[in-house]
Amino acid sequence: MKKDLKPVIEVKNINKSFGDNHVLRDFSMDVNPGENLVILGKSGSGKSVLIKCIIDLIRPDSGQIIVLNHDINDLDQEELDKLRAKVGFLFQSNALYDSMTVRENLEFPLRIHWTKEERAKNAESAVKEALEDVGLSHTVNMMPSELSGGMRKRIALARALILNPSVILYDEPTTGLDPITAREISELMVNMQKKYNATSVIISHDMNCIRITSNRVIMLIEGRSYADDTYDNLRLSKDPKIREFFD
Amino acid sequence: MKLKIPNIDKNQFLNEIGDIARFTARFFREVSKPKQEYHEFVNQCYWIGYKTLTLVGVTAFIMGLVLTIQSRPTLVEFGAESYLPSMVSVSLIREIAPVITALICAGKIGSGMGAELGSMRVTEQIDAMEVSGTNPFKYLVVTRVMAATLMVPVLSSLANAISLYGGYLGVNIRGQVSWHLYWFQVFGVLDFSDMLPSLIKTFFFGFAIGIIGTYKGYNSTKGTEGVGRSATTAVIVASLLVFIIDLIAVQITDILGLT
Repeated sequence: MKKDLKPVIEVKNINKSFGDNHVLRDFSMDVNPGENLVILGKSGSGKSVLIKCIIDLIRPDSGQIIVLNHDINDLDQEELDKLRAKVGFLFQSNALYDSMTVRENLEFPLRIHWTKEERAKNAESAVKEALEDVGLSHTVNMMPSELSGGMRKRIALARALILNPSVILYDEPTTGLDPITAREISELMVNMQKKYNATSVIISHDMNCIRITSNRVIMLIEGRSYADDTYDNLRLSKDPKIREFFD
Repeated sequence: MKLKIPNIDKNQFLNEIGDIARFTARFFREVSKPKQEYHEFVNQCYWIGYKTLTLVGVTAFIMGLVLTIQSRPTLVEFGAESYLPSMVSVSLIREIAPVITALICAGKIGSGMGAELGSMRVTEQIDAMEVSGTNPFKYLVVTRVMAATLMVPVLSSLANAISLYGGYLGVNIRGQVSWHLYWFQVFGVLDFSDMLPSLIKTFFFGFAIGIIGTYKGYNSTKGTEGVGRSATTAVIVASLLVFIIDLIAVQITDILGLT
């Protein structure tokens, strides 16, 4: 990890509430270039809200978020769209477009960020490469409904990677998968991170996934950063709140 | 047994009306911006127009046939059987065909939009669209509302023609009127003031169906239960709006002396 470089993502003192439910309380974190940071927490602890704040799908009530040197609050829609092209997002539910084939799903992000000429020239090879990366070249003309849960996750990952993003955000990437497929997805995430040299923020409570993918883990408890350390150090901790996740 | 009166939240009702007004205002803002999704618009015209044509066509044919058959005995009683084509055509063109077509569209298109967009909302597909840099409102809402506004009048015009043909068959079940005489009588009684208001109101029917269907789906919450609720309420509200628009249209044509 290159600690001397400026963080890719800086989250400064953000707060977010839904009515009386205070989800994030004065939460701060930095994500360094090239690292795989895991945000660990119980269901409902605000992990998904945090990751959606980073991509501006949810606006925090207060605080500052800087992504790739851009303050999210200062961007207009066009600038935000340009920034989003550099950030891949893997949704918990995969969010593949039901009415489109795998090819159309993968080509969808290209229609905005590439010109017509670029699409005509490079879209086919980009789709082919993305599908080869996730080992599903044969599914190019299939509909999402024809795919298994693990295959859908891989296609969603291919779509998140197709614009060659600098940052990849994973929202519970192994939830709902069997242990073998979950492990395969975790290993695929590590391989993709190496290939694209991307920085990753992974939201998860799957300890196996965290063990395989993480360089660093932030434990989110009651909307605050409770612990910030490597997986191995946290595993050896005697703090009862941390032990709950490992025992 | 004590009758339980449902608790109607007035604030919630007014909030909903305010939200629909804001949603409609956003539609006009997005329409006025450049870079429209023409491909998706054409795709939606196909789904809304072509895929509803059979249902509208069959219903319009039966409507014309049944109205003619049921009107005949009354006219025969007054010795006015020869007015049957004229009376049926005015009823169909001015009122019955446009309203029934709009109600069919409210059921099929409104529920379809509510369910499709609702499902996309709860499965994060709309969020995925936003993250990919596409404006989901423009891609999903503007295209569908525009397509509904354009295709409902087209469907209604086709329903007019098919229902009149149904009327021709209905006239000839008990009587005998030649093809030429039937159409001569139909177009003899119909004029500009019958056709134009009827056509204009169908644009408003289509717009209302599109706005309500997309509003309900786009703002769907509470998982699969919410998707079902979006589809159902889209049909109910859109159908109600069709009648309200029809009532307003009748008043306007009356004031303008077009009745």
